[in-house]
Amino acid sequence: MSAAVNASAGWGDVFAEVNPYSISATGIGLALGLSVLGAAWGIFLTGSSLLGAAVKVPRIRSKNLISVIFCEAVAIYGVIISIILQTKLTAPDDMTNVTRQMYYAGYSIFTSGLTVGIANLSCGICVGVTGSGCALADAQNASLFVKILIVEIFGSALGLFGVIVGIIQSSKATFT
Amino acid sequence: SPLTLARPQYTQPQRVRPLAMASALSELLFFNTNDGYPEAILRGYRSGILTTQDYANLTQCESLDDMKLHLQCTDYGNFLQNEPSPLATTVIHERCLEKLVNDFKYLRAQCYEPLNKFLEYVTIEYMIDNVVLLVNGALHGRDMNELLEKCHPLGMFESMATLCVAQTTEDLYKLVLEDTPLGPYFKDQVKFEDLDEMNIEVIRNTLYKAYLEDFYQFCKKLGGVTAEVMCEILEFEADRRCINITINSFGTELTKDDRRKLFPEIGTLYPEGLLRLGRADDMDGVKAALEGFPVYRGILNDVEYDADKSLEDAFYEHAANLNKLAFMQQLHYGVFYAFVKLKEQEIRNIVWIAECISQQQKTRINQYIPIF
Repeated sequence: MSAAVNASAGWGDVFAEVNPYSISATGIGLALGLSVLGAAWGIFLTGSSLLGAAVKVPRIRSKNLISVIFCEAVAIYGVIISIILQTKLTAPDDMTNVTRQMYYAGYSIFTSGLTVGIANLSCGICVGVTGSGCALADAQNASLFVKILIVEIFGSALGLFGVIVGIIQSSKATFT
Repeated sequence: SPLTLARPQYTQPQRVRPLAMASALSELLFFNTNDGYPEAILRGYRSGILTTQDYANLTQCESLDDMKLHLQCTDYGNFLQNEPSPLATTVIHERCLEKLVNDFKYLRAQCYEPLNKFLEYVTIEYMIDNVVLLVNGALHGRDMNELLEKCHPLGMFESMATLCVAQTTEDLYKLVLEDTPLGPYFKDQVKFEDLDEMNIEVIRNTLYKAYLEDFYQFCKKLGGVTAEVMCEILEFEADRRCINITINSFGTELTKDDRRKLFPEIGTLYPEGLLRLGRADDMDGVKAALEGFPVYRGILNDVEYDADKSLEDAFYEHAANLNKLAFMQQLHYGVFYAFVKLKEQEIRNIVWIAECISQQQKTRINQYIPIF
């Protein structure tokens, strides 16, 4: 814990000096931030096409809101994960002694948050691009909607994969 | 794309570049921010283009009033409501064009850069026709208000009325350079003295060549799917212009040098085909020049063996096919250009059918170009 520069200090020492609480808090922030980014991206991708296509063909409005709901689900996954992870951040009695357990908890919560965040980001974008195509295709030919919806369902499963792995990654993390 | 396989590759095949992939990804991710709404509106318009079923109904009409009834069930709706009967084909043409212009104006109002610039490029073609009409009228002292009514509505711009008040040729030239969007096309190509001396058709073709090359470079700079789709279409336009200029110049006093100067140099025919076309003296020369280009050889063969089809029709058909293909991809600007061209073709079809019906000559009524 000393600030003196040691001749044999290396990158390991740099990482060891960073407080595990801050690392895990960053992970929680990433989980929520990237998930919401993905959801928002998906919604604007779908929404702009939906608005334009609905001018000519108003019947597509209600059905194609499903694409927007799939994107929204991605943001909800992010919220759930960040709440679950946040409950693991219990305050310790003694901060001078950083134990191995705390390092493990810090890193596992960080990577769990990163996993969920990036998975949800990709999922949101995927569902958004597909939803945009779905709105345009549905406007031209109503029978195409259900078929393209199946593509979107597979896309939204990606977010779930991220959530599952994230929960497994952080299951053994406790700070005390 | 499947289209590029049909053409022999005279250039090196392109390597996959990371920046190109990044631009493809950026299209997917960022196109809808600014251009998603206009594209979706445009696809709504596209679904209203008349299909073969609509044309089948129209060709069976007995009179223009029947046509009006059938057109009411299509996207055109009640556009002919306030016209007094008996209808004339010119009235139908005007109203159809008016609908296209209104749709286009709505679209333009929703757009940001660079889609705005792209749509302006689409209208410059009509602006060239209008400006040439007005300049010619001003030089020969015609009534400007009459000419303003004859202008193509898609090519209207604000400073048109000022062109009418120019007193001398010099004023006119300066006004055209400064006020109109065509200034850059006039600057190097058409000098002040040429306005009086050059044949009006030569001026029009010179301007069109400059415009086409400019548009092509703009689309290339946009890159991605837009470049892919638009460059294909514009190359065909350039080639078609070259062939038409060559054929129309037989028997006129246009020298071969002058003819060569009017060819836009962006098509597949550049440089060898244009060299040979520049030297051609008659249709056999043209056929020999196009021997090495399978697409145009095929078109010329079709025209030779089919008595009813003219070269013009064959070109329109090929252009309609290229424009249809633009709709096969999402997230690019080519659909906007293709829509305007296909709507124009549809208006030509409707007017053709209307003329055949009104003149009671139904033998050739099925020679319209089917679109969808």
